[in-house]
Amino acid sequence: MTIKILGSGCTRCHETERRVVNALSRLGIAAEVCKVTDMKEIMSFGVLGTPAVVIDGKVKCYGRIPSAEDIEKWLKPEK
Amino acid sequence: MPDVLKSLADLMVYRWLGLRAGAHLADALNFFVYDVIKIFILLTVIIFVVAIIRSFFPPEKTRRFLSRKRTWIGNILAALLGIVTPFCTCSAIPLFIGFLESGVPLGVTMSFLVSSPTVNEVALVMLLGLFGWRIAALYIASGVVIAIVSGIIIGRLRLERYVEEYVYQTRLGSVELERLTFRQRAFDAWAYTKEILKKVFPWVLIGVGAGALIHGYVPVNWLARIAGRGNPFAVPIAVLIGVPLYSNAAGTVPIVQALVAKGVPIGTALALMMAVTALSLPEAIILRKVMKPRLLAIYFGIVALAIVFVGYLFNAVIR
Repeated sequence: MTIKILGSGCTRCHETERRVVNALSRLGIAAEVCKVTDMKEIMSFGVLGTPAVVIDGKVKCYGRIPSAEDIEKWLKPEK
Repeated sequence: MPDVLKSLADLMVYRWLGLRAGAHLADALNFFVYDVIKIFILLTVIIFVVAIIRSFFPPEKTRRFLSRKRTWIGNILAALLGIVTPFCTCSAIPLFIGFLESGVPLGVTMSFLVSSPTVNEVALVMLLGLFGWRIAALYIASGVVIAIVSGIIIGRLRLERYVEEYVYQTRLGSVELERLTFRQRAFDAWAYTKEILKKVFPWVLIGVGAGALIHGYVPVNWLARIAGRGNPFAVPIAVLIGVPLYSNAAGTVPIVQALVAKGVPIGTALALMMAVTALSLPEAIILRKVMKPRLLAIYFGIVALAIVFVGYLFNAVIR
């Protein structure tokens, strides 16, 4: 599983990344987490407001910090 | 609520610190404590409510809504949506590109780009707390008018050739619009509120503190003489001073309030504040990535002129 955190490096993006990493370790799932700061790549997903979370190429949320509950829901079906 | 706050400030300053009521320093401190507490309560409530409202208007949705809208109706809608769409200077670039890409006319995009930072919720709270609801309402109305007028003028001037070429070549993917539950909205809104409070906290203290100093130590006649009604150039000068300054609205409004108390007319003071919050050097540097120098200069020029105009208008209307 590849998880991309889209964002220009603001505090909200860091918070989102922290939450995703926490959720992964809580569920014991191994995944590649990478941050995407390049504006062109962010926009190629159709996202204008950051932070956004993309899992395996699919935009899961944008313009908001997801709750732990949200993140776990996205991660679980993969198990 | 003001009574409760007043007693709280009295308790803290006169009882706990044991300072004597009526003494210069004690009263100034009492004032400071009262203002700071009031502003923080207002900030918490209003930012949270605004963040909830905003979650219904993400830019991904706004750009679809505004695409191919005409002059006037498009500018009016864009200026109004600019108030509620989440925006910070760092997201100006994707917004600008995203809007133009989906067929939002340049003038309409500009209306949005002006209204979004000009009408901001922190400034609104500060004006509400320190001046009352009438000035706060006037602030919103004038911000919206400035955004509409600037956008229409820029649209009429047909400046599309001064947008950097790559902007029109960028292609955006499309994103599925999310349906959020209230819990999800509230969760993010609360995270946002905490972040803003943390960010503006020092500014509120500095601003209210500097305001208190001006209250106490700057003679009334001195400011009224150089920036009062007698000086017809006070408004444009205030705007010229404000444009290069980049400060948080939280730090600016208390100073503006102190200036008004010292005899600076409200229009001049508000013009200064708007110039500080709406136009800034860092913003110019960021927008330069998508606008050629000519368009950038026209954009700043028109918005500055609009602010000057509104400043004069307020000075003429409110006495």
